[in-house]
Amino acid sequence: MKLFKNAKSAFLMASPYLVWAVIFIVVPLAMVIYYGVTDTSGAFTFDNIARISESGYFKALCRSIALAFISTVICFLLAYPLGMILASMKLTRNTYLVTLFILPMWMNFLLRTLTWMTLLEGKGVINTVLEFLHLPTINIINTSGAIVLGMVYNFLPFMILPIYNSLSRIDDNVINAARDLGADSVQTFLRITLPLSVPGIISGITMVFIPALTTFAISTMLGGSKILLIGNIIEQQFTQVYDWHLGSGLSIVLMIFILLNMIIESISDKEGGIF
Amino acid sequence: MKKKLISVALVSAMLIGCLSACGSSSGQGDNGKLYVYNWGEYIDEDVIEQFEEETGIDVVYDMFETNEIMFAKLAQDTSAYDVICPSDYMIQKLIEKDMIQPLNFTNIPNAKNIGDEYFKNSEVFDPGNRYSVPYCWGTVGILYNKTMVTDPVNSWDILWDPKYSGQILMQDSVRDAFMVALIKNGYSLNTTDPAEIEKATQDLIAQKPLVQAYVIDQVRDKMIGGEAALGVIYSGEAIYTVRENRDLEYVVPDEGSNIWIDSWVITKGSKNVSNAEKWIDFMCRGDIALKNFEYITYSTPNIEAQNNIEDEDIKGSKVAFPDLSTMKLEAFKYLGDSGDKLYNDAWMKVKSAN
Repeated sequence: MKLFKNAKSAFLMASPYLVWAVIFIVVPLAMVIYYGVTDTSGAFTFDNIARISESGYFKALCRSIALAFISTVICFLLAYPLGMILASMKLTRNTYLVTLFILPMWMNFLLRTLTWMTLLEGKGVINTVLEFLHLPTINIINTSGAIVLGMVYNFLPFMILPIYNSLSRIDDNVINAARDLGADSVQTFLRITLPLSVPGIISGITMVFIPALTTFAISTMLGGSKILLIGNIIEQQFTQVYDWHLGSGLSIVLMIFILLNMIIESISDKEGGIF
Repeated sequence: MKKKLISVALVSAMLIGCLSACGSSSGQGDNGKLYVYNWGEYIDEDVIEQFEEETGIDVVYDMFETNEIMFAKLAQDTSAYDVICPSDYMIQKLIEKDMIQPLNFTNIPNAKNIGDEYFKNSEVFDPGNRYSVPYCWGTVGILYNKTMVTDPVNSWDILWDPKYSGQILMQDSVRDAFMVALIKNGYSLNTTDPAEIEKATQDLIAQKPLVQAYVIDQVRDKMIGGEAALGVIYSGEAIYTVRENRDLEYVVPDEGSNIWIDSWVITKGSKNVSNAEKWIDFMCRGDIALKNFEYITYSTPNIEAQNNIEDEDIKGSKVAFPDLSTMKLEAFKYLGDSGDKLYNDAWMKVKSAN
């Protein structure tokens, strides 16, 4: 009887979240799926999903996956050493340092991306400085390079924080024990530190790869609307073309890729625990 | 128990505070609300305040970047806005889809300030002038930087000249982009012939490597900043951009171009029709139209405002008030759902091409 009461109160406590999840997660998802598998007359169809095979849409999907992958790798390569440096610092100092990495996130993401646009423009701030110093100018605005730069810049904190968290949780005694038992620093890193930080790496990869895969704002602003990612195509279906069915169908395809990504990660998570 | 009482008291105090705050904000405009949906940077913001002060109506003002974005939002709920300012072909579409309502011109007496010729031109998309009151009009042309472009600019072909690779700004909106390619080939900008649209599509794809970016409102700032040599732009931006950067010049190519009118209409589902009529009437007042013209520099169809322009250069400007009889100009028409689909699919092809 007492247990029942607890479960009931637990349910009551969770109910605000349940209501939230139903209104803002379940209902929209159901609507996307409904629109995705129907046509304008409401009849069932797989056409909207199948249209991903059209060359334009398929190319955009491949391009999105490629750019998101490159950005994730770059983020990881930048974030891991940084996470190690942060974790190796004294606690009182690193809270201040961690804040420095979070600080840019206090400003709106669109504004920051817009800033990169004015920085990178042909006659933008960076090139003006380079010209003044008689150095060669850079011309990456409106290219894939600029989009990757925007992704790395915007999503880097999402890689740093989980990696830093998992690294700072590693007990120093474990590392000292490895050293006592004769492991050199490379061995300690490869066999102790790296495996123990895998959960952080995996959540970092998820938190960078998925927003990078689905973004449309970064590619519009830094790609000059010339380089279409799958996110742009979906966004245009909703805002410009007014074809919600196709937009939802393509969203379902994108969701499949996100699910695949999460499945692969949960498998490697389990394996990560083993080695 | 005492704690509980205090928290109950606090919560109810908060609720009451919230409710009264909401209540007072909605009651702020004594004469109700008005939801306006207009193009970005398409009004002198002081005018909105002046309207609120004079009428006691609380204005909620939203902005859109293309007609298509406006339509997608309105299609969800025609009562979301009371008064909107779409372009010609979109007004025709809204009439055909029964999303806007006929106006009661007895409540909009200032409409008499709008020149007859503009009402006559509006007949193309609004037969009998029942639904719309012109707000701004103009042409589409090429804005170029005289220090960067040495060739004479009199044809759309220059936008395909490899010499200006990476220096060209195109409009990121389906009908405007296709207008350029269709007219370049000598076709009508309202064609629904798949072969002609296909030719224009191929031309736009061929042009893509030369294009620096597809943008809308940013053409203005990028041209002023010297970021690009050539840009497709609405005539209304020409006066402002040339004033900011003397190296710029606006040209309507000889092959012809688009003439457009943006007009005020009232939505079918409007809950504040009389406020919307007051808004349109206010916008037609000579002094208000002049104020807007001086701020946004888009040509006004308001005769009283035109007569009161003080700057003689602008009053006589061929850019702001061109001699329409010497130009080959065509207005956009709504092409039906099937026509829309032809253009949207073709535009997708252009945008996703490498």
